[in-house]
Order: sequence, then structure tokens, then C-alpha cells
Amino acid sequence: MGSKMDNDKQAYWRANLWLMLMLLAVWFFVSFVCGILAIDYLNQFRFFGYKLGFWFSQQGSIYVFVILIFVYVWKMNRLDKQYGVREDDDV
Amino acid sequence: MSVQLLTYIFIGLSFALYIGIAIWSRSGTTKEFYVAGGHVHPLANGAATAADWMSAASFLSMAGIIAFEGADGARYLMGWTGGYVLLALLLAPYLRKFAKYTVPDFVGDRYYSQAARLVAVVCVIFISFTYVAGQMRGVGIVFSRFLEVDINLGVVIGMAIVFFYAVLGGMKGITYTQVAQYCVLIFAYLVPAIFISLMLTGNPFPMLGFGSEMVGESGTYLLDKLDGLTAELGMTAFTEGNKSTVDMFFITAALMAGTAGLPHVIVRFFTVPKVRDARVSAGYALVFIALLYTTAPAVAAFARINIINNVDGMHYSVAPEWFTKWEDSGLIAWLDKNDDGKIQYRGGAALDPLKPVFEDGRESDGQRSLANAPSESENELYIDRDIIVLAHPEIAGLPNWVIALVAAGGLAAALSTAAGLLLVMSTSISHDLMKKCLMPNISERQELLFARIAAALAVSIAGLLGIYPPGFVAQVVAFAFGLAAASFFPVILLGIFSKRMNREAAIAGMVTGLTFTFSYIVYFKFISPETNNAAHWLFGISPEGIGTLGMLINFAVSLFVMRITPPPPQEVQDLVERIRVPR
Repeated sequence: MGSKMDNDKQAYWRANLWLMLMLLAVWFFVSFVCGILAIDYLNQFRFFGYKLGFWFSQQGSIYVFVILIFVYVWKMNRLDKQYGVREDDDV
Repeated sequence: MSVQLLTYIFIGLSFALYIGIAIWSRSGTTKEFYVAGGHVHPLANGAATAADWMSAASFLSMAGIIAFEGADGARYLMGWTGGYVLLALLLAPYLRKFAKYTVPDFVGDRYYSQAARLVAVVCVIFISFTYVAGQMRGVGIVFSRFLEVDINLGVVIGMAIVFFYAVLGGMKGITYTQVAQYCVLIFAYLVPAIFISLMLTGNPFPMLGFGSEMVGESGTYLLDKLDGLTAELGMTAFTEGNKSTVDMFFITAALMAGTAGLPHVIVRFFTVPKVRDARVSAGYALVFIALLYTTAPAVAAFARINIINNVDGMHYSVAPEWFTKWEDSGLIAWLDKNDDGKIQYRGGAALDPLKPVFEDGRESDGQRSLANAPSESENELYIDRDIIVLAHPEIAGLPNWVIALVAAGGLAAALSTAAGLLLVMSTSISHDLMKKCLMPNISERQELLFARIAAALAVSIAGLLGIYPPGFVAQVVAFAFGLAAASFFPVILLGIFSKRMNREAAIAGMVTGLTFTFSYIVYFKFISPETNNAAHWLFGISPEGIGTLGMLINFAVSLFVMRITPPPPQEVQDLVERIRVPR
């Protein structure tokens, strides 16, 4: 403990956890909040031919899930490089 | 050409393709057999994961369930996709870094305990058998309806194909056949959906089509029209649900955590070369899955409209061929309550008991005789939900080749999932049970032989389950997700994110979570099914959603026990440090 290497790994892990929590907050919001808990409230609004809550529960949440994973991939690849923990292609 | 001939051609061609791939990708080592050598490209792994994951339930049953349940069907759509976010962010990259072959491997090593490993093996085998039985029913339905062969013969043919490429090719063979099966199944799912979307709304994208205006009725949105029709017939409006909010919440959460904890899905992430490949391949997998999952609710809405428009008020004597053929298969039934010879489709169940019990002989209009009593409602029509995807192209009057294509797609979905499940079962037996517990000194070749024998055995048992389906198959599917959510998900998650998490806490958590979930489901499904309703459920949570509570109990017990027992040994803490970083 205490070496620069360990500190780096700690910082990498903290950045990872923070990113993860933010993305999971969005995950929870679009599915459990918009698609289930607040669905009746949102259903009074229209989104093209859909009721908004219905759209979130049957379409919107799935699109957001896909985006979330790719944001995670992109951010994590940057973190890997930044902290020098990226796996090398020839190792 | 007739539907039957076309179906033979399509299924024959697809089977030839799968066998060809299996011969090309034989496995020579245990690493190839268990994880395809760890050389699978992330894009290929994404497609294979999607086919592995999307079963007969996703392909055949899901749109049918949504067609009849409307808004309530969202629990499957969100639950079975949202789990991939958990998998990608919380599990896949770390398990890939751990770099072993199975889920029990992780549980056994991380918790330095053979007992924990054995509990995990038992869970893997139980979950997988539950699941595989459902696939065989799907295979049976397709064969009996479209090829008019005996269901048993159909199951035997399906098993022979899976046997061939799973036993010969192991994970390597399965991976590349699954890629091919994904292509077949998604093509088969999208083509009829696009056709029907164009017919009803003029929009070639079904996921947008069901939010568009109807062809020939400008200003009328399809979903509003459907809400109007369903209300008129005394049914729950399509965009409204019947389930309570708390139950929807718990079921969706159980399906998500269960998805992330299913061993045959997790093991796919062991097959890619790098940690970052595991992350991105979860993304690809979800894109491939989302293609079907965003189309399914559109198919559901189209099917419901088409059934109402084409069937309600129709005279039985002029019923189309699809109607009478499905009636012959026992999956459609009509009870003429008011003796007017017309099929009346209304809200509520048509029959008492719910499922049709056919008698020999026919009634005056030619429909099959039923032993069921008429129910209270005016509804005269029983339609099994599992037939919607298969029947819809016929209902909409699409060309024969589309109908045959859907049959081949349904088989691809069922076989790809069955193969993935059979592989994790055989791996659990040869690797986790034989090599790691009972006979640690066996050679690589002997282990591979055990893996093949176990795969052959598992295929045979799965085939028997298909031929003699236990009456409780549908009942126990809730088990698979509930148990995965209450056992593997918390144990793996805490194993990665808490260095303090130890053997005692893991075993205590798994045992309490499993016991609670298992007893709750057994009580309501088998011991006291007559009380299986919201009034008797704990906090209004149905057995389908109880896995979420089991998971919370597992977390609570683990976190408590972990604080009053000694921390794990240093080398295990080092292992946790190591899997947290890619390099």
C-alpha cells in the first residue's frame, strides 16, 4: 500500500465505480421510474403515436440500455489508457 | 409450393448449415471445448450471446404474451434487456479477467470452498434443466404444426442435431453455429414483422410502425385504434396493465438480476480474448437482442389487431385454414356459447378450466368437441399464446415462404439456446465436479472425454423431457430466473466489489436466498396453488417476482455475516485486486 502503483489502481477503481453508479442511475430511471413507477403519470403525455410511459416501458428503455453499455465501453477504454492498465495486443 | 414443402427445404438447409459449421469447428482441447480457446471475436460473441440468450420463449412466446397482456408484457421487454446493463457493467469484464471456464469455478476459487463450488454446480444444473425443457416444447410445436410429424420424432431430430455439434464441437462448435442461428432467427423474425407493418401502417420499421397512423384511416394511430377495439370488446385496453406496480417492479428486477446471473450467458464472456472485448461484446449482444425485443411489442400489437379484425364475428364454416389447423393441433379452441355459428372474441377466459380439454368428435358447425364448461364471460375463443408468432404470418395472409422461414427461425432460437445450456451442464460435470472435486488427477484427454459423455447424457435427458414433458414445465420457468437472481447474482457481485466478502457470508447468503425463493415458489405453485393470488402474496409480490426479495435477503445476510466472521485469506484479496484491473 502507499506506492504510486497502488494509488493509481485505487484512483482507477474509484473512477470506474463513479462511472458505473452514474450509468446505473440512468438505467434505473428509464426502466423502473419511467417504465413502471411513473408510467401512469407519463401516459398522459403523447410521444408520436405512443403514450409516453408505454413507450418508455416497451421501446425507450431498451434503446437507452444499448446506449449506456456503449458509453461505458467508450469511457472505460479511455480510463484504461489514462491509467496505463490497457491490455497490450502482443502480450 | 406448399408451406410444408417450403418448411422442409428451409429447415433442411439451415440444419445442413449448422452441421457444416460443426464439422469445420471441432474442438481438440478442453480449452476449446469449454471456452472456444478464448479466441472468439467480440462481434461474433455478441451474435452468439444473442442466439444463446434468445430462446423459444423470446422468439415464439414473448410477442404472444404481449399481444394478450398489452402493457404488462413490458416486464419481459425491460427485464430481459436491462439485465445486460448489469452484466456489462458489473460482471462480464471482471469474470473475463478472472479467466477460468465456469461460474462454479469463480465461486469455488473466490470463496476458497469446495462446498460453495458444489452449491454452484447444483444451481447451474437445476437452472439449465428447467430452461432446456422449455426449448424442447418449442421444437415440438414447430415440428408438429408445420411438418405434421409426430412431436416425439421432431424432438428426436432436434436432439440429434444438437448432439452432433455440441458433443463434437463443444463451445467452439456451438459459438459459430449460434452466430449462424442468430442470422436465421433475426431474419425470420423481422421479415414478417416488416411485411405486416407495411400492410397496417405503411412504415417499414415495425418498432416505429406501431406508433404510426393506420393505412387508409389517416389521423387514427394504431395503438389508439387497438385501445378502442379492446375496450369495445370488454377487454383491458392494450396500453393499460392489470398487474400492480409493486409486482411489475419486483418481476422486472428479478428478470434483470436473473439474466445477469444465468450461467450459460455469463460463460459466453469467457470466450473473448480481452477484458475490453468482454465489455464491447456485451454491447453488441444487446444491440442484436434489442433488434428482436423492440420489434416484439410491434408484432404483438399487429397480431392483436389482426386477430380481432379477422376472427371476431367470423362464421366457423368459412374459417381460414390456419384457424382449423391450429385447432387440430389443440392450440386453438372455440366453444359456441350462443349457438349462432359465429366466433365471438371478447374479454375474459372462454373456457373453464382455462385450457381446452378436447373430446373425440365434432360439433354441428365442424369444430372440435370440448369437455370444458363455458365460463362466465361471453368470450368463445381460446388461443394459446405460444402460437401467435408462428400463426401471425398466416393470419395476415403473407406468402408461404415467409411462413416457412418463421418455422426455421423458431427452431434456430430453440436449438441455439438448448446447445448453450447443454454445454454449461456438461462443463459443470466434467470440469467442476470431476476435475475440481472428485478426480483431480485426470488428464486433459480424460477430462475432454468426460465432457463429451456428460454432454451426450444431458442431450438425452433433455430429449426425454421434450418427449415426456413434465406437467410443471411452465410452472418452473419462474424458478430459473428467481434462483439465478437469489443465488449467483449477489455472490458474484459481492465477490468482485467487496474484498471483505468471505466464504461464510457467501454460503449463508446463497443458502438463505435460495431457500426463501425456492420455498415461496414451491408453496404457491405446488403446495397451495389455490391461494396463488395478490391477497395472499407477501407484500403483493407474485412467485415470478419473488427472486428480487430473495436477492435482497441474500445481500442482507451476506453483509451481516461478513462483518462477524474473519476476512478472506490474503491470496483471495489479491485475486480480487487483480480482477479489478484489465492488466
